Amino acid sequence: MTGSAVTHVLPFGSRHSVHILERNRFIFRRGWMVIFSGFFEPLFYLLGIGFGLGSLIGTVAGPDGSQIPYAVFVAPALLATASMNGAVYDSTNMFFRLRYEKAYDGMLATPLNVGDIALGEVVWALGRGALYGLGFLAVMFAMGLVPSGMGIFALPASMLIGFATAAAGLVAVTFMRSWQDLDLLFVVTLPLFLFSGTFFPITTYPEPLRTIVEFSPLYRGVDLVRAMTTGVIGFTQLIDVLYLFAMGLLFVFIASRRMGKMLLK
Amino acid sequence: MPGPESATPLQAASGGVSGAAREPLIRARGLTKKFGTFVAVDAIDFDVAPGEAFGFLGPNGAGKTSTMRMIGAVSPRSGGDLSVLGTDPDKNGASIRARLGVVPQLDTLDTELTVLENLLIYGRYFDLSYAEARSRAMELLEFVQLNDRASSLVEPLSGGMKRRLTIARSLINEPDLLLLDEPTTGLDPQARHLVWDRLYRLKQRGTTLVLTTHYMDEAEQLCDRLVVMDKAKIVAEGSPRSLIEQYSTKEVLELRFPVGVQETLDGQLDGLGERVEKLPDRVLIYAADGEDVAAAAHERGLRPETSLVRRSSLEDVFLRLTGRSLIE
Repeated sequence: MTGSAVTHVLPFGSRHSVHILERNRFIFRRGWMVIFSGFFEPLFYLLGIGFGLGSLIGTVAGPDGSQIPYAVFVAPALLATASMNGAVYDSTNMFFRLRYEKAYDGMLATPLNVGDIALGEVVWALGRGALYGLGFLAVMFAMGLVPSGMGIFALPASMLIGFATAAAGLVAVTFMRSWQDLDLLFVVTLPLFLFSGTFFPITTYPEPLRTIVEFSPLYRGVDLVRAMTTGVIGFTQLIDVLYLFAMGLLFVFIASRRMGKMLLK
Repeated sequence: MPGPESATPLQAASGGVSGAAREPLIRARGLTKKFGTFVAVDAIDFDVAPGEAFGFLGPNGAGKTSTMRMIGAVSPRSGGDLSVLGTDPDKNGASIRARLGVVPQLDTLDTELTVLENLLIYGRYFDLSYAEARSRAMELLEFVQLNDRASSLVEPLSGGMKRRLTIARSLINEPDLLLLDEPTTGLDPQARHLVWDRLYRLKQRGTTLVLTTHYMDEAEQLCDRLVVMDKAKIVAEGSPRSLIEQYSTKEVLELRFPVGVQETLDGQLDGLGERVEKLPDRVLIYAADGEDVAAAAHERGLRPETSLVRRSSLEDVFLRLTGRSLIE
């Protein structure tokens, strides 16, 4: 009895979360084409801004202050953003399941708990973010935009971003009542995309703006991925990792509490 | 998930062959559900024995669904005691749900999946292997006559087909206890009879059924025993037959008068049968022999447009108990 009592009070999910991944895989087998949209979006940004605009800019100061080509500066940020967008995009599916489809109600009539569903969905979104990340990272390597061998660690880094932002996205959709509300997600993700040290170093910002930006989850993600691809790794990256991991856990916890309130009345 | 510790009391509770004094599968005492200040279920008591088909009969809003959700371990109770399969659903929800089959009032099918995938993944939720889930799914699709729709998505299915799929899904874990919340509401008569037939077969196999309904014929067909619920309380309990005997007469004479005539009948119906009930569109006269009363009414010069003698049903029981009809 202890086992079930524990899973009851700890809404972080259990091994049953795996079944949510299996469920989503059924759907993915039919709709795997969607991953292309997530792959091409950063690619177009890379071509248009990284190389196009980059040809006017030339070089910028990299993480260690030395000058690097603009495309090398922008590409890891686009990778981080793709992971975030992929994860947040997935949370719109969760909105559908939560509000309209009632599939979660069906799941909760089985041994699954809300924590299992929340964790399963977030891990799925993370995996999808990783898939985007993998494709784009391969392109970056092919274009010579990854000066450091540490660049392969950009993949787990992008998964961590996916974890944190998917969990936040799931919490956000539990507050939403209509499809129109989903637009609010993009009101959040667009400025994050533009101002999180993606296109220009945050040293450009005056204080206290700069400190505020440093608290942005995407900034932490961009900082982490850029450190990996450029090979300039230090103590800050430990903060990035802890920040994103803690954010993911916290939001999975909140999401399962919120889902419990909605579904287990 | 059911830990090894919880397995023993659960197995004992399922009764089976050994149980000398068979513990009830469900036992509720003072069971209460509140939503804010609204009392949905008001301190009800009932037991459900293993192998029994037990019904909650009542109008919409009587508290049937809230009761079912508490039994199904997806809704914490606000007060009282509840034991399902020998344990507390608020504490050991997952281990109880592992042994339940649930047919909710509104279909909760996975509309992103096909018919077969719905059954397969549901089996996985219960930790069946894919091989086991598949073999059970094939059997169940046959049982509910959906084998030719296995690869169809859920959405194009008719209401009756979805209902049958939901029933098939609820059986994938070979449940000890099947909860059916309004299993045939919204179905056409043909689809309803097919569902009844399948439920009747399950009952024959010894599956314990708990169902809610606001159809008296459904309750009469399927339930060994039922409780009548009204306004969050249980107002009567018994077998369909004993409830009819206790609260109604053997027969009922239904008289329908031309428009406007019924209102002018004051006093003229007095003394006919054992009891007279006036509904907006007709008059019901309760009596042991309906034909006798029909003849007596004719002698009094009453000329109804139609006159029909029928056996008493649970509808009449409900009318008697609450003063209202079951379906408005």
